Amino acid sequence: MIRLRPGLVATALAVLVGLFMLMPLLAVVPVSFTPKRFLSIPTDELSLRHYRTLYQDREWLEGIWMSLRIGVLSAGFATALATFFSIGIWMFRPRFAGLLMGIALLPMVAPPVVSALTLYFFLITLTKFNGVVAYDTMLGVALAHSVMIVPFAVVLVSVSLAQVDRRMDLAARAMGASLGTRVFKVIMPNIKFGVIASFFLTFVLSWEEIAVTIFITSVEAVTLPRLMWQGLRDNIDPAIAAISVVLIVIVAAVVVGRAAVTAVRAR
Amino acid sequence: MIRITRPLILLAPLLAFLAFAYVLPFAGVIGWSVSIPEPGLQNYSSALTDPLILSVFWRTFRICAIVTVISVVMGYILSLLWVRGTPLVRTLTELCILIPFWISVLTRAFGWLALLSHRGLMNGWLEALGVIDDPLRMIRNEFGVIVGMVHFMIPFAVFPLAAAMRNVDERVLLAARGMAASRTRIFWQVFVPMTAAGLMGAALLVFVFAIGFFITPAILGGGRSVMVAELIYLRIFQSPDWGLAAAISVILMVAISALLTLLLKQLSPKGAE
Repeated sequence: MIRLRPGLVATALAVLVGLFMLMPLLAVVPVSFTPKRFLSIPTDELSLRHYRTLYQDREWLEGIWMSLRIGVLSAGFATALATFFSIGIWMFRPRFAGLLMGIALLPMVAPPVVSALTLYFFLITLTKFNGVVAYDTMLGVALAHSVMIVPFAVVLVSVSLAQVDRRMDLAARAMGASLGTRVFKVIMPNIKFGVIASFFLTFVLSWEEIAVTIFITSVEAVTLPRLMWQGLRDNIDPAIAAISVVLIVIVAAVVVGRAAVTAVRAR
Repeated sequence: MIRITRPLILLAPLLAFLAFAYVLPFAGVIGWSVSIPEPGLQNYSSALTDPLILSVFWRTFRICAIVTVISVVMGYILSLLWVRGTPLVRTLTELCILIPFWISVLTRAFGWLALLSHRGLMNGWLEALGVIDDPLRMIRNEFGVIVGMVHFMIPFAVFPLAAAMRNVDERVLLAARGMAASRTRIFWQVFVPMTAAGLMGAALLVFVFAIGFFITPAILGGGRSVMVAELIYLRIFQSPDWGLAAAISVILMVAISALLTLLLKQLSPKGAE
């Protein structure tokens, strides 16, 4: 089919915008190889000392480990809640489905800073009753992250439920399958990719979460983004450049890999 | 009885969790706003009359409006290539959108620091080219905040714009072409009007996101051009005034809800016209 392709002007402008998008990511690379202790562009020698910091310095290792644990806990919890919720909406189509969906998506649409203050209130209130799930603890942060990421899990699982043939579930019900059988044996196998995708997406969101984390942590539950935030606010630590390069390389590899697979499949 | 409780088994855990961890605490924040330091509505009256806070509201509105316009225009150009380019161009454009999108806001803000700071790459290049003699001041001011926010918002502008562009019927464009309209004319008089709803949706989405956002402004503004979200942070952690912070949050929430209602109206299919 004939398509009108964008002309020269549009293409030239888009190249500029594309450069604008990639520029800050590329700029991080030279900075990460500086031999100096402060943010600078290396002039005569390159050094890997800031990469060494990442795996030798206790602080960074603990930050990475903290973020990993919080990510797995909150992504698992949020995905489980969201999966049951979405299946419930899909199976029973309750009367106020729109309203219930709205409540489930609330933390996604509310301004991050309002959610941050709300969760700060939540955790310092919990702190009055216990010291385990509280302000500045790992479980407290995991719980707060769960709130922030659960809407994204609901969206992803609901999207994959929309592809499932409802008659399959009706057939199972007609043959007397219990609710548990219908959920776990009939519906789940059909949406497992959506559930897995939602676990990974919510993990990434928790791994990167910073707005809420700033409000609910101080010295104990220091996640990787919190560590980067401190480094950016006080005096700029080039180790941030090194960790940034590592993260950029991972993301770029995944995105380029996905694009390559799609391109090959399309052929 | 059984028919009522069955859906509840599946729906209740998430709803109970959000009620307990989000809705109730937000009611608590509203409680703070009318009880700290003493019961009454004085926090709201000072938030809406104090010239300092009003200037922060005005700055937030101004910066978000500028960011919205720039992001939507730049996003439109990218979406155009992403939707209508040749397959290779489409893939390349997709990389320019998705790689930054998946990278953490901190890393992206740090990249801008490395580019725009006093001894950063940009000043180095401009000096080497002889364009400037003294380093330009590009961070710790509104310029840095706007650049960083535009970079963050462009993907959010692209997604609704690209969706709108995919819905444009190719045959309409070809019909215009068949009637000898120039390419420029097709673009401005056929294509742009057909994606107008997407433009409005993208603009509202970016504006709503920009208002509640504080990481990039805090890093690239360096505490100098404080916006509403950062003001809330400062009023909790640096010069505590919890009641005022809570009141500003509630005002922000109300404003955003109003805008989102508008957005939903914009996105919902219109009746027969």
